Amino acid sequence: MKLLVCLSRAPDTTSKIAFIDNNTKFSENGVQFIINPYDEWYALVRALELKETLGGTVTIVNVGKADNEQIIRKALALGADDAVRIDLDPADAYQVAANIAGYAKSGQFDIILTGKETIDYNGGIVGGMVAELLDLPYVSLASKLDVEGSSLKIEREMEGVKETVSVKMPCVISAQKGMAEARIPNMRGILASKAKPLTVLNPEFTEAKAAVSVYALPAEKTGCKMISADDAAQLVSLLHNEAKVI
Amino acid sequence: MTNLVFAELSNGKLRKTAHEAAAFSAQLGNTIAIAIGRANEGELQKLGSYGIAKVLHVANESLNNVFSKAYTKIITAAAKNINADCIILSHNSTGKSVAPRIAIRWNATLYPAVNGLPDNGTIRKAVFSGKAFAELTFKDGLKVITLNPNSYKPIAGEGSATVENFEVAIDASDMDYTILSIEDEAGGHVPLPEAEIVVSGGRGLKGPENWNLVEDLATALGAATACSRPVADIGWRPHHEHVGQTGITIKPTLYIAVGISGAIQHLAGVNQSKVIVVINKDPEAPFFKAADYGIVGDAFEVLPKITEAVKKLRAEG
Repeated sequence: MKLLVCLSRAPDTTSKIAFIDNNTKFSENGVQFIINPYDEWYALVRALELKETLGGTVTIVNVGKADNEQIIRKALALGADDAVRIDLDPADAYQVAANIAGYAKSGQFDIILTGKETIDYNGGIVGGMVAELLDLPYVSLASKLDVEGSSLKIEREMEGVKETVSVKMPCVISAQKGMAEARIPNMRGILASKAKPLTVLNPEFTEAKAAVSVYALPAEKTGCKMISADDAAQLVSLLHNEAKVI
Repeated sequence: MTNLVFAELSNGKLRKTAHEAAAFSAQLGNTIAIAIGRANEGELQKLGSYGIAKVLHVANESLNNVFSKAYTKIITAAAKNINADCIILSHNSTGKSVAPRIAIRWNATLYPAVNGLPDNGTIRKAVFSGKAFAELTFKDGLKVITLNPNSYKPIAGEGSATVENFEVAIDASDMDYTILSIEDEAGGHVPLPEAEIVVSGGRGLKGPENWNLVEDLATALGAATACSRPVADIGWRPHHEHVGQTGITIKPTLYIAVGISGAIQHLAGVNQSKVIVVINKDPEAPFFKAADYGIVGDAFEVLPKITEAVKKLRAEG
């Protein structure tokens, strides 16, 4: 089985968010970068589990500059076999999807996995675009994935419902919580990762469609109105008369 | 500008997010709607109350559930048919599955998860899991927009839309997959991403057996229930209730957090809520800094009092 996992680099979940250059650029000062959690904890780890039980290979694809190699090496340390970095600092999700699809087209992958969204741009677009570009079925928001012959049995968590579907391979899947548990690379994996192939390709597609023009931070809360625990019922009248939300 | 809005149905009824998308689209420009699956005419006519004159209806019962390829084919065909230059969907599970495909097939620019109408040549979306906003350049040309749930308040006026049958040939290759089963997990509550009010519990509730306190308040308020990550991880509550950076992001009008300290990852999932109430026995809990109203106290004593007060208010209401 040939598996392709799309990884994005994202700021660590505890990062302080700030902008520079007149709020046109994210400030990387003091920021730790990680593999986007949905891509790593769910998509990558499930792909590794499938490889371990059914055999096959797990390939990583990332669209990013050389500073992304640290997170790519981590994915290799976790057990991926090889990696491809497409050398472009992407300005929108379309650039990412077009380059991934361009690479995947000739790869004959059985499953292409992504996280359901990145924790920085929160678009959730790449998987669907890759599926359309390759004319493959797309199952989004998967929380469980099992292989049954030439099909996958997938559970999808959506608004108040859980849908169980059967989809034929090859296909594109976006992963969310529930699909697998996070892993930590061990020393053997880390040492082995250094010798694993990481190929750098030039981007085929460089057009950005929906680039960010400027960033803004939300207004600070003006302060929390404290209510005594003995008088908890007062909260209800404040929510009704003052905030007017109930 | 002519818009096509996707008016999503669920069991023959327009979803709440369909009302939001329709009102948003009508505000943005002249709008025709497309609905797919079973619905009676009266239900679809309601879209006229937002100023939408016409609804194209694909009354194909085999498409009551969403298939990203089939829906893409239909919505793209409808957009070409009416010569639309913008397609609008909700950024819910359906929009997330279908909109990226439409954008590629239609060769359009996709603006995902926007929070409001375009202003001054840009359109705003939340980024960094709600810790910031980005203004995206709103260009001329074909566009697809997905509207974040609970971002746009639909205000219905007078009016009734005319409903026209619309047919697109769908074959087996347009179905992404086979649906084996569908389980309702909301248990009679409003689905979490669509809920106006959310009551959420954390480790401070000490165990799953105490969740009746959260549920009682949620029932009194007509709210959905949610939880923090540790609570989902230890199995007190199901994963689909986990709100936060790696769970789901919500944007209710009122978010009530009980026994949740307010780690930055949790805040990221809820800080777009209009009003935040924090109930925690630790006065140093960081969540109070992000709250509008706070109570320092024991959830086991405070929650029943609040639930009673809500019931009283509702009874008077």
